[in-house]
Amino acid sequence: MAEYVIKAEKLTKKFGDFTATNAISFEVGKGEIFGFLGANGAGKTTAMRMLCGLSKPTSGKATIAGFDIYKQTEQIKKNIGYMSQKFSLYEDLTILENIHFFGGIYGLNNQQLKSKSKQLLHDLDLEKEAKKLVSGIPLGWKQKLAFSVAVLHNPAVVFLDEPTGGVDPVTRRQFWDMIYEVAHHGMTVFVTTHYMDEAEYCNRISIMVDGKIEALNTPSNLKHQFNVPSMDQVFYQLARGAKRIE
Amino acid sequence: MKQFLAFVRKEFYHVFRDRRTLFILFGMPVAQILMFGFALTNEVKDSKIVIMDQSQDRATQQIISKIEASHYFKIQQNIVSPKQIEEEFKKGKIKMALIFPSNFYNDLMHLHTAEVQVIADASDPNVATTVTNYISAIILEYQHNLNLNLNLPYRISTEIRMLYNPQQKSVHSMVPGVMALVLMLVCVMMTAISIVKEKETGTMEVLLVSPLRPMLIILAKAIPYLLLSFINILTILVLSVALLGLPINGSILLLIAVSTLYIIACLSLGILISIKTSTQQDAMTISLMGMLLPTVMLSGFMFPIENMPVVLQVISNIVPAKWFNIIIKAVMIKGLGFGAIWKEVLILTGMTIFFLVVSLKSFKIRLA
Repeated sequence: MAEYVIKAEKLTKKFGDFTATNAISFEVGKGEIFGFLGANGAGKTTAMRMLCGLSKPTSGKATIAGFDIYKQTEQIKKNIGYMSQKFSLYEDLTILENIHFFGGIYGLNNQQLKSKSKQLLHDLDLEKEAKKLVSGIPLGWKQKLAFSVAVLHNPAVVFLDEPTGGVDPVTRRQFWDMIYEVAHHGMTVFVTTHYMDEAEYCNRISIMVDGKIEALNTPSNLKHQFNVPSMDQVFYQLARGAKRIE
Repeated sequence: MKQFLAFVRKEFYHVFRDRRTLFILFGMPVAQILMFGFALTNEVKDSKIVIMDQSQDRATQQIISKIEASHYFKIQQNIVSPKQIEEEFKKGKIKMALIFPSNFYNDLMHLHTAEVQVIADASDPNVATTVTNYISAIILEYQHNLNLNLNLPYRISTEIRMLYNPQQKSVHSMVPGVMALVLMLVCVMMTAISIVKEKETGTMEVLLVSPLRPMLIILAKAIPYLLLSFINILTILVLSVALLGLPINGSILLLIAVSTLYIIACLSLGILISIKTSTQQDAMTISLMGMLLPTVMLSGFMFPIENMPVVLQVISNIVPAKWFNIIIKAVMIKGLGFGAIWKEVLILTGMTIFFLVVSLKSFKIRLA
């Protein structure tokens, strides 16, 4: 139990007659980078929202960092970080103010805030820009900053919902370096993406089709299993069977 | 608590970095008060009139000098023929013409009744009614003075006293209206937009995933606007007392207390709108169309509710500004105490609780 940071068992969410996620089960270990793939409308976002405590499952069980997603949402919220596909910092606040705000709502004290923000600005090489409004910095920097802010309180799991959408390849590579860095320190990373090259970076990936997890393994095992040379083709073979059309 | 303060500080950054918000927050109340106080008044001053005095006697001279002395009228010229009067009206230069017949003095002295003709330009009926009222008042006053000397028995004269607002200054009814309007605008629209903005930009999700309780998020969003509205009330009151000479007859403490209640009612309405809508544009449209218009039209500050069709009268009951208007007039102008307004206070409180309960329920549903 203890080594699994995320544990889902037959997790299901229905909206009326529509089953968005259909009895999905999986486990994610500590420090693992878990890719969560699927075509648009396959149910990724719904599954992620349930795990974050934003949405109540219809049935099934799940724990995050050992906390039950029905009863212990408060504890879960303290132990997860979240970065959504929409850019999630405040544009009209400066970089430093954003860091202080998000650190503040996660209950960091002044001393922690000071040392953490100093470290963060140093790591991102943003010391000179600290007092600039976020609206004025390039998208790539914003995404990296948003990620750093999401892991500022050192959560057990960080959920990334299509974090690199619209970002250039170089910045994406840097972004993944940051992901490896936090995973190396034991943080679990749960990431959704549409980029298959990014899927290759993950330790394990799951592919959702029509609300169900159709495949779950390491990238190399999946390619082997489907007998194809690239993740692109694995994904294509699975997603082709999808009946839901957006 | 520290989390909460971090949030409130962030809200203040939002407010102070957005020029449009700042303008609406602080420019609007001042502009409104000045506009309603000085420009948009129901009083008609310095109306141009002509007088055709065919009698030219002591009585008419006295009446004319009384008219001249009032600041309501400006006598353009004395006219000799009825044709001229029509020409003047057609030119649109005068509001009213006053005609004394040649036998005016004789009739007055011997028959004790005399007639004077008043012709008013009723293309603007409100102005016409107002100016004819003014002139009747002046003539009545003259007649009253005459009667003092004559000592005629059995004559009933009405003595009218305008309570609370003896000069019938329109400022008195405007200021409460402006307060209701400005607070409605600041609280409902600004709160609604500031919350919906977070939904639109995606930051709301991040907040909901954070350990902050939803209640605290909403509360932290509302607090800056509560404070700013407070400043607005004080600004409006200071402006109206200092610039417009409006008296505050009742207890200032009670006035501030009921205003705070109204602010909270508006804030909770804003919160409700923000929860039910998902784009800033929707929130804005609903606040403007759904709230601002009824506040102007149905709160009784521009148009008397008593004169409306029954349907509108019934609808006016759900407009919070209507009750605030009644309360604030009672406290500020009539100088009444809590005993006179407890019913209205109760209604506003009820509305607030209703808005908050519905908001909280819907907010939870969104989370599920």
